Amino acid sequence: MQAQPAPASAHVALDVNNIEVIYDHVILVLKGVSLSVPQGGIVALLGANGAGKSTTLKAISNLLRAERGDVTKGTIEFAGRRIDRLTPNAVVRLGVCQVMEGRHCFAHLSVEENLLAGAFTRGRAKREIAETLERVYAYFPRLKVRRRSLAGYTSGGEQQMTAIGRALMAKPSMILLDEPSMGLAPQIVEEIFEIVRDLNARERVSFLLAEQNTTIALRYASYGYILENGRVVMDGAAAALAANEDVKEFYLGLSSGARKSFRDIKHYRRRKRWLA
Amino acid sequence: MQFFFEVLIGGLLSGVMYSLVALGFVLIYKASGVFNFAQGTMVFFAALTFVGLTEHGLSFWMALPATLVVMVLLGLAIERAVLRPLVNQPQISLFMATIGLSFLLEGLAQIVWGTSVRGLDIGVADEPIGWIADRFGLNISKFDLVAALIAAVLVAALAFFFSRTRIGRALRAVADDHQAALAVGIPLQQIWGIVWAVAGAVALVAGLLWGARNGVQFALTFVALKALPVLMLGGLESVPGAIVGGLIIGASEKLAEVYLGPMVGGGIEGWFPYVLALVVLLFRPEGLFGEKIIRRV
Ligand SMILES: Nc1ncnc2c1ncn2[C@@H]1O[C@H](COP(=O)(O)OP(=O)(O)O)[C@@H](O)[C@H]1O
Ligand SMILES: [Mg+2]
Repeated sequence: MQAQPAPASAHVALDVNNIEVIYDHVILVLKGVSLSVPQGGIVALLGANGAGKSTTLKAISNLLRAERGDVTKGTIEFAGRRIDRLTPNAVVRLGVCQVMEGRHCFAHLSVEENLLAGAFTRGRAKREIAETLERVYAYFPRLKVRRRSLAGYTSGGEQQMTAIGRALMAKPSMILLDEPSMGLAPQIVEEIFEIVRDLNARERVSFLLAEQNTTIALRYASYGYILENGRVVMDGAAAALAANEDVKEFYLGLSSGARKSFRDIKHYRRRKRWLA
Repeated sequence: MQFFFEVLIGGLLSGVMYSLVALGFVLIYKASGVFNFAQGTMVFFAALTFVGLTEHGLSFWMALPATLVVMVLLGLAIERAVLRPLVNQPQISLFMATIGLSFLLEGLAQIVWGTSVRGLDIGVADEPIGWIADRFGLNISKFDLVAALIAAVLVAALAFFFSRTRIGRALRAVADDHQAALAVGIPLQQIWGIVWAVAGAVALVAGLLWGARNGVQFALTFVALKALPVLMLGGLESVPGAIVGGLIIGASEKLAEVYLGPMVGGGIEGWFPYVLALVVLLFRPEGLFGEKIIRRV
């Protein structure tokens, strides 16, 4: 049987097909994850802490090697091309850039230097890089004000903006954004998601958005996947997910009581069989 | 008073040469977090290769670029053969690897070029500069001054490289957070290769200057020991720290030798810098210029 069709007929930009990831040769973390992101789409990857969201994003950017992790099964395609054996550098060159969980700004570089470092893969094209820099400042005016401050001394929101701006400097067609809301005040989160929406609409950048904050992620995404324990347990249009009783109960915190796993629930098991 | 200035200036000038050696350590530590125990041996290796080539009839200006090529290739080879396979291993393994490397290089250099002590002439005599002696009555060594100038130019060039160039920026980015650097497409290995090549070039300049002053022999590897207190004082990751640290160590060890030495029977030049460095460490564990650890908000 088929899962729900991928979002609305659009071209598939990123296609993750049944990947398995193992850390340290023994720790099986992703157990066959499949997902796709249409060109120009915003797709949310949801799930509790430890579900495997970051691992999925790192597998796509090929950053696992540095953490002794390995994609042992499955394929990853971007724009119709296998990318799972490329270096991180080559993946960025193809247009996929990641903003890691926890922002990871270069603390001892100024905000502007952080942004310029993001343009490394574009070589010496000084003119065009300066142009992109101005565009980034147009989206994040606050960064222009803070351009000379060391990134390590800026606020959490500014660091998140710096990290997103830095990714934009590579001129990506897709950004993998890992937990942008983490540790930020609600109005800053809102501001950042608005900019993401803007970038998506005006710069045609697609986003794969890993979030624990299901509420906000489903407001901005058009499609979502729910990851639990290294498996996709549900996927669907954002509106449908937001309206789903189980999602409401376990991820949107709309019912009282402790969070339980989907697995504990019988009717969920039925649903899962139906989805499979 | 004149004597004081003479000692002070002599100390500062030799301090610049300590800075030069310390800089080799800083470069590699900054970019890859490895304390390169083999830095001193690289200095020796460079000097020996240079002398060996001139003995085979190459002129100064031919041997210089040839040695530079050898050192750059050596740096690249070390990165490739020793450090790359050890990436993601604990720091201590990397450190141990560089200890092994230092003995390997030492042996290699001596197999190729022999073990005899040689002189190295860079064409600048170690004699007082006439007009300064006449004008101010100070004996300042011409060799020390030229060596300090060369070192200063190199240091300035490196500082420019770090702060103003694309590669230099990438290098600092890698030093700060190499995962994030990978994520934005900075190729770590290429950057590390460049760092090791530059460290090889720095070792060459240090080797020529120190070799010319002390003779080219195995003991040259010990100039690294002179760099240690500089690093303790200046911080392992700071280019300005290496410079100022070198000046402080150079000046204070000479002054201590002259003014405190007689009280304790002399010979304190060898260990005084360590005492100084330890005292600083007690009050500022990250060194005078060590990068403060910035806590993320
Ligand atoms: N480098 C690693 N080595 C071993 N296990 C890891 C590593 N990184 C993550 N894990 C494990 O993989 C699982 C998924 O982690 P992660 O992808 O970070 O989840 P999420 O981003 O959804 O919170 C967790 O159980 C975590 O403990
Ligand atoms: Mg995560």
